[in-house]
Amino acid sequence: MIKAILIDDEPLARSIIKEYLQGFPEIEVMDECNNGFEGVKAIQQHQPELLFLDVQMPKINGFEMLELLEYTPAVIFTTAFDEYAIKAFETHAIDYLLKPFSKERFSKAVQKWLSGRTQSTSTAQVQNLNDTNFNHADEQHRIVVKNGSNIKIIPVQEVNYIEAYDDYVKIFTKDAHHLKKKTMNYFEKVLSASDFLRVHRSYIVQLSQITRIEPFEKNNHIALLKSGAKIPLSRNGYLKLKEVLGI
Amino acid sequence: MLRNYISFRKAVAGYLGWWLFWIFVQTLVLHRLGLSWQIALTDAAISNLLLALVGIATENTYRFYNPGAGNRIQRLLYAITLSFAYIYALQFVLAKVFEQNLNYLQFLDNSLPLRYMIALLMIALMTVTSWLFYFMKEQYENTQRKEEAEKLVREAELSALRLQLQPHFLFNSLNSISALAGSKPEEARKMIQQLSDFLRGTLKKDEQQLVQLSDELAHLQLYLEIEKVRFGHRLSTQINCDEAALTKLLPSLLLQPLVENAIKFGLYDTIENITIGITAKAEGKSLHIQISNPFDASTSRPKTGLGFGLNSVQRRLQLIYSRQDLLQLEQKENTFTATLIIPQLA
Repeated sequence: MIKAILIDDEPLARSIIKEYLQGFPEIEVMDECNNGFEGVKAIQQHQPELLFLDVQMPKINGFEMLELLEYTPAVIFTTAFDEYAIKAFETHAIDYLLKPFSKERFSKAVQKWLSGRTQSTSTAQVQNLNDTNFNHADEQHRIVVKNGSNIKIIPVQEVNYIEAYDDYVKIFTKDAHHLKKKTMNYFEKVLSASDFLRVHRSYIVQLSQITRIEPFEKNNHIALLKSGAKIPLSRNGYLKLKEVLGI
Repeated sequence: MLRNYISFRKAVAGYLGWWLFWIFVQTLVLHRLGLSWQIALTDAAISNLLLALVGIATENTYRFYNPGAGNRIQRLLYAITLSFAYIYALQFVLAKVFEQNLNYLQFLDNSLPLRYMIALLMIALMTVTSWLFYFMKEQYENTQRKEEAEKLVREAELSALRLQLQPHFLFNSLNSISALAGSKPEEARKMIQQLSDFLRGTLKKDEQQLVQLSDELAHLQLYLEIEKVRFGHRLSTQINCDEAALTKLLPSLLLQPLVENAIKFGLYDTIENITIGITAKAEGKSLHIQISNPFDASTSRPKTGLGFGLNSVQRRLQLIYSRQDLLQLEQKENTFTATLIIPQLA
């Protein structure tokens, strides 16, 4: 038995998937979710192998929901928007179905996954996917994070700075910090270049948070933020910062 | 600006009158200086008619070639050269006509510098007049062209706004129909009907046309019915409308993008059930319409600009009423409200 979950904010859109899935008795729909919050919970609970996922949903969209998962099931996107196709395939998407889709098209997508399911994706391919992940990324206005079962949406202007932390980054806001499994390069790409600057291999700072730049030890500088945090600047970062601030 | 060109006939008459006047003046002056009436008249007539010909030549030159406002030196050189040419021609003609009259020839010789000065002034005057006339004419035509272009742009813009079909709405509705077709074919059929009526209404309407609020609400109802098939579990609407407001006029298809925006905002910004409120009141000489939706102030993504729907509504109001302040937006606590004020012109 293969476990699957349907996530779409329109009940009728889910019902057509259920109907089409009747042709695949080996796939069992464990749960149906109206939004990403329910989705995250249901996925934790049922550990499905396959997701049918809409993109535009309340609060957090399908991509943001995927970022919150501890593991990524196989995903078939179902959406009326064709502009996310590239992004979808850059995640682990198996297929991208444009609504309304036919039973044949749907079956083809599921069939493709079923037949390829036994052989796992080669490591090289996954690596490749992760590298291209942010090349097409749009500028982001918010970051979705999860602490335990608590999902939080942070508008980027509330981010003071971001610090590298092994495979994660720590996102510092006024009164908390959050972990997220993304790279510094990713954030350097998706945060607005006029508001944020990578001042160090391990630090990205929101420019409006900087109150002062001070010399630190020999030939080094640090930036003081409104929150009181002290951010080390690399030599190159210091030069970039001076240029951006026009000093 | 030269709203109406002086007709050709009037222009010719005026021009002739001008020169007859100067023939008259010159005859008097020459007679005073001791020439007989006949000689004075002949001299005056020949001098002025020749000048008139020069004037026509000048006017013709400027009709086909306008040197532009900056080129004063060129115009001055043109006048000086023409004056010389004129004086030589005049001397030649008058000397031929009065070959026998030595006194006159002497007089002609003496008066040449003065005649030259007068000719120069006259030609300069005609040059400037011609130039000014064609310059103004060009300006006038430019303005007309610009107005024409603006009008075309406006029409194009209006029709573009009208054709902003909502592809996602359409595709998602078709997906719902596809789902209903399997399980509830009767409802699928009904939804196809509603969708068709709605689309027909969208395509048919002329955006500049004013419709009664009741018509606009009927069209809106079709849209809401469809959205409720899709989101019926979460979406409800509350419409409150004055009796007096129903017959008031507003540009067609103005409400739908606002309601669409409210639904999108409401449905995607919260996960709870939402109610979209629509209120319409007749207030004095205008129609006031409010559309409100809930949103989550704590997580709402920062709004950059108005978003397409609201922008197009504002642009349309500006094109139709030439006012910027007819659409007002307000975020208070957890409610977003768009207020429309539609002036009643009649």
